[in-house]
Amino acid sequence: MAKVLVITSGKGGVGKTTTTAALGAALAQAGQNVAVVDFDVGLRNLDLVMGAERRVVFDLINVVQGVAKLSQALIRDKRVETLWLLPASQTRDKDALTEDGVANVIKELRGKFDWVICDSPAGIERGATLAMRFADAAVIVTNPEVSSVRDSDRIIGLLDSKTERSEKGERVEKHILITRYDAQRAARGEMLNIEDVLDILSTPLLGIIPESEEVLHASNVGAPVTLSNASSAPARAYVDAARRLLGEDLPMTIPSDRRGLLDKLLGRRAA
Amino acid sequence: MNVLGLLRHRGSAPVARERLQILLSYERAGREKRDLLVILHEEIIAAIAKHVTVDRDSVQVRMDRSDTVSTLGIEVEVPHSVVRARGLAFPDDPS
Repeated sequence: MAKVLVITSGKGGVGKTTTTAALGAALAQAGQNVAVVDFDVGLRNLDLVMGAERRVVFDLINVVQGVAKLSQALIRDKRVETLWLLPASQTRDKDALTEDGVANVIKELRGKFDWVICDSPAGIERGATLAMRFADAAVIVTNPEVSSVRDSDRIIGLLDSKTERSEKGERVEKHILITRYDAQRAARGEMLNIEDVLDILSTPLLGIIPESEEVLHASNVGAPVTLSNASSAPARAYVDAARRLLGEDLPMTIPSDRRGLLDKLLGRRAA
Repeated sequence: MNVLGLLRHRGSAPVARERLQILLSYERAGREKRDLLVILHEEIIAAIAKHVTVDRDSVQVRMDRSDTVSTLGIEVEVPHSVVRARGLAFPDDPS
């Protein structure tokens, strides 16, 4: 049974697109058939982060409007063969998305994939509400920072009221993913700690992604961080989060790239 | 971080710069010509449809751009029955 997962946050720049690419790749590497769908019409970036920007022919709007078939718009990842991308349009605006059109595309994707992962635009306008409209589950990407937590709370409210499931009296399964977490700053009391964030949002935790230079490197080269450096701390954290989405019960750890002096002298990579 | 790791990290910003330059030059040039690929796709199907019956779904368009050359691949599946029915005749053949 296909699962439609929306990656959302309200606030911009917290890591939705990075998370969509990384979780999509991790689930695909676990053998799942995965489609990642960019809902940020007019400002698409998932293609760039996935390294597929030169291969875009048709997009979500073309499929919604019936100009192209879904099979013509889907781009297969060159590294993981069960991972596909449906890009957003760069030339249109969000008004080109209609609820019925999106419903049809999501329905067709459900028939072809195990996971349909919708990368939401920032904000709470049409693009964001349509990205979450047909979701079975949501990952709310949150930075341990006051404005991000406030926006996440707003988004949780929308997930509980504006989605198809909520209108039918059903539940959208919600998960918090903390990104850009700096354990040292948290230890010094400079950053909201995770218990506080979860307590405020009353939503369970899917994972903690540490702040890491590997995330910038991954977007520079156009690869999900789980593929660009699978042994890095953020990659391991995303793989754990993907395994939790698949139902595994894993202890919550915060992977680290920090190594001791001896490791640095010997030039060993963190395991 | 070992030496290879250092080199790799130094190397990624130029990669990002080059990828952006290629992408943005294409997007800026194409801003007025909206959906060029969609128009091409429609016109190619129309051109083929004048001569043989093809299913819209059996036309695949693929794109790959680089800084020096871009390729547009168009794959049209023509059923055997259509080929047989028309024999080897070209459209401008008087037969």
